[in-house]
Amino acid sequence: MLSAGPTPRVPLDTWEFVITTETGAEYRWSWSELMALPQETPQVDIHCVTRWSKLGTTWQGVSLDTLLDGVDTDADYVMAHSYGGYTTNLPLEDLRGGRAWVAHTFEGEELPGEHGGPARLLVPHLYFWKSAKWVRGLRLMTTDEPGFWETAGYHDYGDPWREQRYQGD
Amino acid sequence: MTEMSFLDGNMLDGPLRELFAVDVSGATGRCENCGVVGPMGTLRVYSHAPGLVGRCPSCAEVMLRLVRSPSWARLDLRGTTFLQVPVPLDQPHPRPL
Ligand SMILES: [Zn+2]
Repeated sequence: MLSAGPTPRVPLDTWEFVITTETGAEYRWSWSELMALPQETPQVDIHCVTRWSKLGTTWQGVSLDTLLDGVDTDADYVMAHSYGGYTTNLPLEDLRGGRAWVAHTFEGEELPGEHGGPARLLVPHLYFWKSAKWVRGLRLMTTDEPGFWETAGYHDYGDPWREQRYQGD
Repeated sequence: MTEMSFLDGNMLDGPLRELFAVDVSGATGRCENCGVVGPMGTLRVYSHAPGLVGRCPSCAEVMLRLVRSPSWARLDLRGTTFLQVPVPLDQPHPRPL
């Protein structure tokens, strides 16, 4: 698994997930509130930028459709923020339509810290650096901005089928 | 599972030799975040990532990011205030007459 820094330790009693809209409105979930939402069990293939893929992985988490339901926004882009400071940008559209989750369980076990636990973003149709480990929130944006790796030259979208690894790909 | 480990900043010399004529580990850098000044060779380098990430040994903020594509290398030093490279004077310094 890829990591750009030390593994942050996030106690569940202080963990929270926050969606901040372009107007500054905030929608917050504590750990127990997240676990009380409808849970899904996506079975997906994941694609790492280092060219490995892992097929048929099973996760459990909350769909972004559920979290974004009722969030009032005209934004087109999202900056995902993580505990530990990592960021990555995605189109908001790619988090809708049953294609993205806040995942807390991997192969029936709680997600270990090294793999992004307590919870990570799971966006399997994009390269895996977009599936931010240790996710703590989403900032909704009207214009696209590069995140941690995108600033350093990685692709703003990151479609593995078009091999969009680097800017210009 | 064990804690994700980091590498010693001295490993930066190889990957950065394409960009610089000097060994960067011997250069002195200042952390933009906490202000600590020290050899770049003391950075903590995380290589289990799409690129290399060099973090300040004092505050752990990111001081350096290096991404190598098949056709270019990009060095992002926004967490580094300055990089001071030892350049011995082997020629008389040009001075105003
Ligand atoms: Zn520092």
